[in-house]
Amino acid sequence: MATTVQSVSIFGMIAGLIGVMALVAVNALFLIWMERKVSAHMQLRPGPMEVGWHGAIQTIADALKLLGKELITPREVDRPVYLAAPIVIFLPVLVSFLVIPFSQNLIIRDMNVGVLLILSFAALTVLAILMAGWASNNKYAVFGAIRSVAQNVAYEIPLLITLMSVILMVGSFRLTDIVAAQSRVWFILVQPVAFILYIICATAETNRAPFDLPEAESELVAGFHTEYSGMRFALFFLAEYTNMFIVAALATIFFLGGWRGPFLPGVIWFLIKVYAIIFLIMWFRWTFPRVRFDQLITLSWKILIPLSLANLIITAFVLKLV
Amino acid sequence: MLERGLEEKYYVLNLGPQHPSTHGVLRVELQMEGEFIVKADPDIGYGHRGHEHMAENRTYLQFLPNLGRVDYLHALAYNQCYCMAVEKLLELKVPERAEFIRVITCELNRIASHLLWIGAYLLDLGAFTPFLYCFDDRENILDLLDRVTGSRLTYCYYRFGGVPRDVDDDFLAGCKAFARRLRSRYRDYENLVNKNVIFLERTKGIGIITPEQCVQYGLTGPMVRGSGIPYDIRKCEPYSVYPLFDFEIPVGSTGDVYDRYMVRYREMEQSLRIIEQAVDRIPAGPIMAEKVPKRIKPAPGEVYVAVEAARGEFGIFLVSQGETAPYRLKLRVPSFGNLSILPEIAVDTLVADLVAILGSIDVVVPEIDR
Repeated sequence: MATTVQSVSIFGMIAGLIGVMALVAVNALFLIWMERKVSAHMQLRPGPMEVGWHGAIQTIADALKLLGKELITPREVDRPVYLAAPIVIFLPVLVSFLVIPFSQNLIIRDMNVGVLLILSFAALTVLAILMAGWASNNKYAVFGAIRSVAQNVAYEIPLLITLMSVILMVGSFRLTDIVAAQSRVWFILVQPVAFILYIICATAETNRAPFDLPEAESELVAGFHTEYSGMRFALFFLAEYTNMFIVAALATIFFLGGWRGPFLPGVIWFLIKVYAIIFLIMWFRWTFPRVRFDQLITLSWKILIPLSLANLIITAFVLKLV
Repeated sequence: MLERGLEEKYYVLNLGPQHPSTHGVLRVELQMEGEFIVKADPDIGYGHRGHEHMAENRTYLQFLPNLGRVDYLHALAYNQCYCMAVEKLLELKVPERAEFIRVITCELNRIASHLLWIGAYLLDLGAFTPFLYCFDDRENILDLLDRVTGSRLTYCYYRFGGVPRDVDDDFLAGCKAFARRLRSRYRDYENLVNKNVIFLERTKGIGIITPEQCVQYGLTGPMVRGSGIPYDIRKCEPYSVYPLFDFEIPVGSTGDVYDRYMVRYREMEQSLRIIEQAVDRIPAGPIMAEKVPKRIKPAPGEVYVAVEAARGEFGIFLVSQGETAPYRLKLRVPSFGNLSILPEIAVDTLVADLVAILGSIDVVVPEIDR
């Protein structure tokens, strides 16, 4: 498919764009509500209960409140960069949705470099965080930005190597091929070590606790987005939750058989698996303390990268023998 | 140019006065090199209220509510210290039942203070959930103390010569029920916090205080016990009815942040033991001394009384010249002495470590500022 130039209708593009925007917005609204509920029930409290059934539309009320807030631009900031950062962080997140197969046919564009596209655009997030932190002209924000860069560089390497061991088995970067290869057995059973490594790296990649160093509130106040208010802050927030969706979607595609499952339609299975992974990541956040920065980097360079490399080599050997 | 180069090698980071981890209006001026701290300089005094001066302008009784606001987290120990100082000047004998009530409520308050500290400390380390579990347990104590003292935080319960209101059987039964409840929570705290790998990595081996440093800086409370010195005024210079009870003083070995955490954690169990023994053995009888004068006007003299508060030795030096107000009242607060070691142990640590160390000192800023 991707070898020939696809004819893209203008309607298809618009429909895809609207679909992605709607998914991003609804997903973020749902995830924020879910996070508040999950954390609440882990902490012996009910969480939001007032707006809607069990607080279901609480996040909409919060979003409206954020829309109504004044956008404060501190005097000493580097204005163009400061204003661009929230948009820059959001764009790569949107692009990643191009290639995610929600079910057999529900995919905007089935590229043969799907994995690479997602990972390379995910790397752009670092740029936006660096822009936000540097332009804010705030020491805590710069700290957050510097940490974020070091962390994302350190964790993208094991993330890629881990995914490579699955790609080796399939022999394709195309996400639909990877799902198709799991028609008999999910890769989580074949590659359990890779799955665990992936979840650790994904948690770090999305800056979630226990690896939420860039925005460690007890040390850095709010990290790189300290100086942002109103909707600009909301965009950072939105990007974080959408990032979570993307890494969980990748985990679903690579290890949990994508949209495959009995009885229910593929897209339902896909979403169930994605939100199960997200629940796992939320569970980490509300259970663990935060690691220290040097420990975080040590974990990646001294443990995760050697382990993932070993996993890759073993995979290659086994494939050669079989 | 050279001088300028030197200046630019370090930069200043203001931690506070409004920062999530300083727990109050404390400012720490940090000289930084990258993320390493070259020099840490605590700046105090933002919340100075002049308690000591207030004491000189009020009658003895009017000053009593101030004590609950010096350290609002262990207010009853401060109440007790002041009452003991005035009672010593007046030569009043407190009835035994009143002493038992004081010990029970004071120890409950100590557990509440430690629970709050553990929750807030883990919050500093980035773990949010234990905070709410600790507050859930603490809520029981607040309910119990609310029942007898009439307030939930800034208690003003003891009076010169005893306590104004007696406790009922429901309160005593509630204390026992609370002890059972807190013990049933130990398993969660042990498994999810005390043995957590990340928690151990964050707390072991940092902020080490040697026993010599403890003595040099005049540290008290869990700070000195974490370094292995079993100094606890309840044992060393027993007051009230503490000698009647069987309890231990937990001590650490290395004097790092983890040891101070464990000292406070294990102290809660010892406080529970004291409470249980006191509830079992509380005698019947009056709760107020006879012949408490209507106007408190002690004979000229001076007295120093110290108690073991949750944060360390709290002492009051009180000088009377036979007036209705004290001539001089000096508060010896534990947080002030304990904070003084921060510049020494914070050097060459990361900002994240500084947060862990500052938390382990357990400062109550209004108490330092007074």
